[in-house]
Amino acid sequence: MVSLQGKRVVRREDHALLTRGGTYVADVVDPLLDGAGHVTFVRSTMAHARITNIDVVGVRAMPGVAGVFTAADLDLGLSPMAVPILPASMARPWLAGDVVRFVGEPVVLIVTERRDQGEDAAEQAIVDYESLPAVAHVEDAQNDEVLLFPEHGTNTAAVFGDEGDVSEFEGCEVVVRQRLVNQRVAVAPLEVRSTAAALGTDGRLNVWLSSQAPQSARHAITKAFGWELESVRVVAPDVGGGFGAKIGLYPEEMLVIWLARHLNMPLRWLETRSENMVAMGHGRGQIQHVTIGGKRDGTVLAYRLDVLQEAGAYPSMGAFLPYMTRVMAAGVYAIPKIGSHAKSVVTNTMTTVAYRGAGRPEATAAIERAMDLFAAEIDMSPVEVRRRNLIDASAFPYTTATGAVYDVGDYRRALDLVLDAAGYEDLLAEQASRRASGEIRQLGIGIALYVEITAGPTAGKETARVEIRPDGRAMVYTGTSPHGQGHETSWAMIASDVLGIDMDDIEVIHGDTDLVPKGMGTMGSRSLQLGGSAVLEATEQVLDLARRVAAELLGVEVDDVGLDHVQGLFRRLTDAGVNGVEGAGVSWQQVASAASGEGGSLTASADFKATTPTYPFGAHLAVVEIDSETGMVTLERLIAVDDAGRVLNPLIAEGQRHGGIAQGVAQALCEEMIYDDDANPITTTFADYTFISACELPSFELVAMETPTPANPLGAKGIGESGTIGSTPAVQNAVVDALSPWGIRHLDMPATPQRVWRAIAGGAAFNNGKEA
Amino acid sequence: MDISLNVNGTTHSHDIEPRTLLVHYLREQCGLTGTNVGCDTSSCGACTVHLDGRAVKSCTVLALQAEGHEVTTIEGLAATDGSVDGALHPMQEAFRDHHGLQCGFCTPGMVMAAVSLLDETPNPSETEVRQGLEGNLCRCTGYHNIVEAVLAVARESS
Repeated sequence: MVSLQGKRVVRREDHALLTRGGTYVADVVDPLLDGAGHVTFVRSTMAHARITNIDVVGVRAMPGVAGVFTAADLDLGLSPMAVPILPASMARPWLAGDVVRFVGEPVVLIVTERRDQGEDAAEQAIVDYESLPAVAHVEDAQNDEVLLFPEHGTNTAAVFGDEGDVSEFEGCEVVVRQRLVNQRVAVAPLEVRSTAAALGTDGRLNVWLSSQAPQSARHAITKAFGWELESVRVVAPDVGGGFGAKIGLYPEEMLVIWLARHLNMPLRWLETRSENMVAMGHGRGQIQHVTIGGKRDGTVLAYRLDVLQEAGAYPSMGAFLPYMTRVMAAGVYAIPKIGSHAKSVVTNTMTTVAYRGAGRPEATAAIERAMDLFAAEIDMSPVEVRRRNLIDASAFPYTTATGAVYDVGDYRRALDLVLDAAGYEDLLAEQASRRASGEIRQLGIGIALYVEITAGPTAGKETARVEIRPDGRAMVYTGTSPHGQGHETSWAMIASDVLGIDMDDIEVIHGDTDLVPKGMGTMGSRSLQLGGSAVLEATEQVLDLARRVAAELLGVEVDDVGLDHVQGLFRRLTDAGVNGVEGAGVSWQQVASAASGEGGSLTASADFKATTPTYPFGAHLAVVEIDSETGMVTLERLIAVDDAGRVLNPLIAEGQRHGGIAQGVAQALCEEMIYDDDANPITTTFADYTFISACELPSFELVAMETPTPANPLGAKGIGESGTIGSTPAVQNAVVDALSPWGIRHLDMPATPQRVWRAIAGGAAFNNGKEA
Repeated sequence: MDISLNVNGTTHSHDIEPRTLLVHYLREQCGLTGTNVGCDTSSCGACTVHLDGRAVKSCTVLALQAEGHEVTTIEGLAATDGSVDGALHPMQEAFRDHHGLQCGFCTPGMVMAAVSLLDETPNPSETEVRQGLEGNLCRCTGYHNIVEAVLAVARESS
């Protein structure tokens, strides 16, 4: 058998998804769920208000209503904080009882026989509110004039780093400052949140959850309610996208789970998209202040990044993410002095959580925008400024001024590759020509280099178990929890390469805590490097066990047994190797049968622990056209070099890059979760939220680059988030570049037609570049 | 009220509420859960099925309106010989070969929309494919491989 490493193996997951559709939580058919009640939530219509009365008499009278619950009916204490550093005084109630703090916060829970009855019944709930002043924007909230939690005394939920001092920029010939908005976006997986829960005949609670981390969910559920770990089974069936927002559990899910046991009644919950838009965690949401200083020859001497993070009403993972932003503040540059301070502040909006990249795209956006601002100020090419400050390929492992230890990199080569693939000189000539002739459609060229951190912030670990069945088939149990990433295919490739067993005879099991009790799930681009490495180690251990058994069957010493990968047979090793040896070998089936016959089994577990996180890097170049009469921006090209180390399956790795790039472009060009000044959400449906479609995107031009990491035996770094991290600043820089003839140095995202048109209208007279 | 629909060549008869949407009828009464619901504004296209061979968003059609018409869902697109490895429709095959799906949630609707697109425009440009799929949203693939898959089918059949 030829090695599968680096092969474009099509996914085994696809047949079912393409012929009958996946089995998402709402599709799960299980006898335990027969006759399940449906849960519907009545949600706050107010951003900040005191609840003065809740009248559910009318709800109870509606057809099919089996139960109605308000905060007063629950005795559950406070919900746990997602991150230990966050103040418990800002904990979210399971249902709002006294005060609502964002539009969409659940106030009443209704159980009905049918789902549509829940919608009808919810309309009969009468909640009286006494409105409180609401604060929508984080820059207002930090002044503490309106407090969300008066007993906490401040809206600030977390602080990172020091305020810095003015001496940082001493000795700089040029210092540039800019306020940047890294706007809030909706995560918007195509499958919304969904949960089902039912007690089994053994008294255990079975939970089906649209989740990226079922094992962690099981711990969170049992810990929150004081239940035994063994009393709950969590299953993540097919999951229709997560992107970070399905890592943790929300109160809605927890209540459905708790209530199923409390009522001894199977329950299902499936939210609507309109609910999802206001009540599933949002991504990004930083106001940044960058300061960059250096010499007129292009040398950057000092950089400062100050972050104001929107935490939303109840701080969770989003409030922690500035930690990641600060770690990655330096980007790919050798900057001697770096300062950074961050503050996470609550507002009357939905909570922020992890979203593809989770803190690192914000860091890259800041430094890459800052480099362009610095280049513009000293009138130097953005490429040249970057070149002069890149960390040299010989400097790895490299410790940044922020304390991150980058594993491997060759940033100069990434830059060269992207410029070459783009035809950078030709693009510059085309741009100059359009400027000179004053064409309506102007060209913008944007470059961004990035380095990010995956499987971090500390060195990660993951579990796998591999078992050879007596029939010679292999079972791979993984603690990762794929929801589109293709682990069933990729993990089978890894195991097949080691064992010489055909991929078709290898089954990959995930996402059911009965079958895989230990695991960390899939997030932070961790799966291949940690979960894949665990599969590799467990598989190698199984092979060792098998060789011992084969040695007995062959009547030779263990050291004399080799595996013929082509035939899938163990043979006596000779000087000539295992191939072409005369005499019969023993098959996996014979070995496995022998092992089980002796009461043993061919199975091994591995807890893979990485020595360090990994630091994927790359360079993106975007070409945009702007229509100077309408402000419309069209992304013409996106060229991407993404180095994630050794690539196992290029087909899947490229798919990860495509998806990431699209989400990054979406933030740069069109997507924004908007709240008005009174904290009313505006973009609450897919009709209002400008979710990027096929129309706004070109096909992407991917350039391969592989610098293996020493951090794991696969040499792999994460690829799930790279596209998002590189593309956003590349496109934003391209838009600003296109606007530079009007004297524009910065434009916040998203670059909507209105925003671009206004910038042009308010800009200087068009400079065609003919006069120096 | 009573309704009788031809879905994937089989007649289904049920007593339903008049307000029942076609997508809910397919999922809840017929048990055909391949067709998904991704939004509540007819924006995402996850619920796309064929009505007499043309793509419709089944969240925007009452089940009653489909009476007397032929409905095809993702479950009925492939040759239905009952075997797991039954022949795929060329569009399904192209989506698999070009990695045009990841989480799979938008996929049934996307495939149905793509088949209908090529019926109407057999030899489309890339731009026509992108515009033709504007009503079908995907969060995973960035559309790149979806567009490649559709163009590949168009090339092979022309």
